[in-house]
Amino acid sequence: MSDSSVARNRSLDQLGRGERGCVVGVTAGDELSRRLLEIGFFPGAEVEVLASMWPGEDPLAVRVGGSTFALRRREAALVQIV
Amino acid sequence: MSVAAQIALIGLPNCGKTALFNRLTGSHQKVANYPGVTVERKEGQFTTTSGRDYRILDLPGTYSLKPTTLDEAVTRDIALGRFASEQRPDLIVLVADATHLPLSLRLALEVKRLGLPMVLALNMSDLAARRGFHVDRERLEQVLGIPVVEAVAVRAGGADSLITALQALPESTRSSDADTTVSAVPWAEPSNDDVRRMHEEAARLLELADYREPLRSTTVANVDRLLLHPLWGMLSLALLLFVVFQAVFSWAATPMEWIDAGVGALADAVNQMMPAGPLRSLLADGVIAGVGSVIIFLPQILILFTFILILEDSGYLPRAAYLLDRVMGSVGLSGRAFIPLLSSFACAIPGIMATRTIPHWHDRLATILVAPLMTCSARLPVYALLIAAFIPDRSLGPFNLQGVVLFGLYFAGIFSAMLVAYVIKLLTRAADAHLLVLELPDYQWPNLQSVLFGLWERARLFLQRAGGIILALVIVLWFLSTYPAPPPDATQPAIQYSFAGQLGMALAWVLGPIGFNWQIAIALIPGLAAREVAVGALGTVYALSGDDDAVSQSLASVIASDWSLATALALLAWYVFAPQCVATLAIVKRETNSWRYPLLMALYLFALAYLAAWITYRVAVTLGAG
Repeated sequence: MSDSSVARNRSLDQLGRGERGCVVGVTAGDELSRRLLEIGFFPGAEVEVLASMWPGEDPLAVRVGGSTFALRRREAALVQIV
Repeated sequence: MSVAAQIALIGLPNCGKTALFNRLTGSHQKVANYPGVTVERKEGQFTTTSGRDYRILDLPGTYSLKPTTLDEAVTRDIALGRFASEQRPDLIVLVADATHLPLSLRLALEVKRLGLPMVLALNMSDLAARRGFHVDRERLEQVLGIPVVEAVAVRAGGADSLITALQALPESTRSSDADTTVSAVPWAEPSNDDVRRMHEEAARLLELADYREPLRSTTVANVDRLLLHPLWGMLSLALLLFVVFQAVFSWAATPMEWIDAGVGALADAVNQMMPAGPLRSLLADGVIAGVGSVIIFLPQILILFTFILILEDSGYLPRAAYLLDRVMGSVGLSGRAFIPLLSSFACAIPGIMATRTIPHWHDRLATILVAPLMTCSARLPVYALLIAAFIPDRSLGPFNLQGVVLFGLYFAGIFSAMLVAYVIKLLTRAADAHLLVLELPDYQWPNLQSVLFGLWERARLFLQRAGGIILALVIVLWFLSTYPAPPPDATQPAIQYSFAGQLGMALAWVLGPIGFNWQIAIALIPGLAAREVAVGALGTVYALSGDDDAVSQSLASVIASDWSLATALALLAWYVFAPQCVATLAIVKRETNSWRYPLLMALYLFALAYLAAWITYRVAVTLGAG
């Protein structure tokens, strides 16, 4: 539960290692956003950043709905979370 | 008479679809490419105990019917009956990984809209039960409205309930094989909202079927914490690669000697049993020696693929791709290019075949184009000969100078590959287009049977493809180096009068500026079939006899006195690029379905080889090594 009625909207690439969040949506209009939706980044899904590489924390390993995906930062930035 | 019903297997990547395909069809399968595209087509057949025939197509894994890769487009087009050369499937088996039901079920809902008879197979159901997953199969069948069966693809009899369910479906409505005019399935691409609704519907159905999943095991989480760690993960990968390289070179040595001895014995037998003449020479010197020199690399390829298949089965390889994505990405390659490039150290042919796992065409093409720059094992005999003849065996600090030169040659190959990939990236400006979105599947113990099956398949493909092409080539090359026969009053070695000899003389004019004499030019011609043949060819040219090893020994001293150091270094530089491997170019032609890319590859490799040899020769001559 958010401690405030104003949701602190962030994107998935802003989560640090070990942090969790809940998907609120995927930026529309990109071919990639469709794929992200299909692999489980739909509103309500829980996500957790398991690992990220050096340098620049890119790419990320993200846990979503029982699966783990490697995403580049640019890809993770399309997923909005709270 | 009833006609075999056509089944299409559809499922997510890593759902165990291919294992189920193998379980159903056994060895009754054939692998080819779909016409016009480079996607692998696997078709098989099986007959049930009640005598019903099925033909079954293993479609590429996909997350949805809206494709993002070539493979996925094939899956959609076949499922919809839009693929020109394929008939529409009569039934669909949707293979779901029982440990990843939510995503599989969403795909099932999407595929169900096609309206074809469909069975949902919950694969790996034993593993799922062991890990603490639970789903009420009968309840799921009721709420979903299609047959749902459990399957364990890796166990004998593990597909029995699937077969029973298939038999219970109504007979195929098709009256004959020729009746392929069945109209394409009417279909509209689901919108993003549809996809979201299907996710919600899948979750609702699973709840009705009492679906429960376990918490993620802490052991697995800890293993991933180590293997995906920027530092420890990289070190583990480096250690693993070290072990693989050691194994490829040391374990393969003995079986390679056996093959060498076997090929030698076969050639001896032919020489003893047949009267001397052109036919005997063609068989012994051409076919047996030529094809044998390629088959000798089979042990290395099998060892490498044993590691690759085990790593693939275990779920580690995508993690290696994750670790290397950044490094490879900086020169415009995908992290997925790691596996094919690793294979290319044994031979570029299986390496280029392995690029099929790269979804994006640009990434795949860039990987194919740089694969021949990885130092393949066929270059080792050439390096070994030249280093032994020209590089003094003395220590350089703590290292051996000869070893340092060999390492330098390997490094030069890797460095050139990075450079070429970077140039391709600059030229195509495709760098931003490629995506990662790579699933890191759960770890699994490798299955012995599927590893053996994969090895058998690789061995067959290697022998069929490389062997077929090379057989044809060595026959041509034998003719070129044998005819026309020398005049009766010939004073020079016979080969000088042959087409190959004359070509060598002509080429010496082109190759002279980089320090190559006509003997090297001749040796480079049969080296087209397989690079290491150049060593044997040099031996022939210098009128020596004996097998490759004996030639290496005495040939080293001959060329040490005949060539300058500058010539030797230039030839080493040439072989870092070594453009003359026709088998590689033929595989590139097959994999890209076009002459454009093999020609481009040959051109750029020749240009780089010539440039590198020229610079090396000129610098060496200037420094007094001419």
